[in-house]
Amino acid sequence: MKASIVVFPGTNRERDIAIALQRATGRRPDMLWHRDTELPAGTDLVVLPGGFSYGDYLRCGAMAAQSPIMAAIRAHAERGGHVLGVCNGFQMLTEAGLLPGALLRNASLRFLAMSCRMKVERADTAFTHHFQRGQVFSATMAHGDGNYFCDAETLARLEGENLVALRYEGENPNGSLNAIAGILSPNLRVLGLMPHPENCVDPLVGGTDGLPMFTSLAESFAAA
Amino acid sequence: MAAPAAVRPDFLKRGERSDMKLRVTVFPKACVLDPQGKAIERALGGLGFSGVGEVRTGKVMIVETAETDAARAKAAGEEMARKLLANTVIESFTVEIV
Repeated sequence: MKASIVVFPGTNRERDIAIALQRATGRRPDMLWHRDTELPAGTDLVVLPGGFSYGDYLRCGAMAAQSPIMAAIRAHAERGGHVLGVCNGFQMLTEAGLLPGALLRNASLRFLAMSCRMKVERADTAFTHHFQRGQVFSATMAHGDGNYFCDAETLARLEGENLVALRYEGENPNGSLNAIAGILSPNLRVLGLMPHPENCVDPLVGGTDGLPMFTSLAESFAAA
Repeated sequence: MAAPAAVRPDFLKRGERSDMKLRVTVFPKACVLDPQGKAIERALGGLGFSGVGEVRTGKVMIVETAETDAARAKAAGEEMARKLLANTVIESFTVEIV
């Protein structure tokens, strides 16, 4: 698998994603800079990692969504390429219009840095097929703006078309509508989620609950 | 960073002084929960201000423009708001000339 991780000023989770992908694929992902204007030839997966791109100025992800690399990512998505946005990356995907809705300030107004549990609603995607449908797994979250919101019509479409990939299990930590933790594009090739599966890929540090996401991706593109 | 350049209107030249300003006011839509507003509302009550109703928080941005035609300046401001200054999924905006 050929994966590219995009680094913006203020991104801070790119190495964790790289470690997770390398662990699953044995191959080191490319690191791209926000000023780059094209993806390396043959890129299968683009990852928008977590952090505080552009200092969260204006709105989380708003500036990153306007950065030069985003046109290439949009074209990649339109060609049917895979894109994974984690935390700030999810916020970027909504700001860029690649996923619907928006991430509002957490309902508690608190920045939440804690463990959470997620239920897998879709285990038939390139990102999730090493999980079981209905499986609950642990990850961590670290965000101030993770409260998923969209209008009623969009929510009905997301639920009706089964585009909610992951839902918080147990208490809804941030006020997200329908406890949504992650959503998919209609072609199932763009996934945005707030928690960090890349935090949980090593038994020595927090367990391996998140590893299936990366081994799923590795297998999906092993033949490619 | 590219974002400001992308919204810089053609009529703005570097270093040019502007007399006209746009005041762009951005607020969460009524259907969007505004927890900051709610917290302020409670705090005002706690300070003893009686009769305080709903409080909504938003932001105001002042944008200088070299444009001299008010209608064109307002139209440019609305375009800026739609493309960047507001997220119309969750926010509404108004543009005034000041």
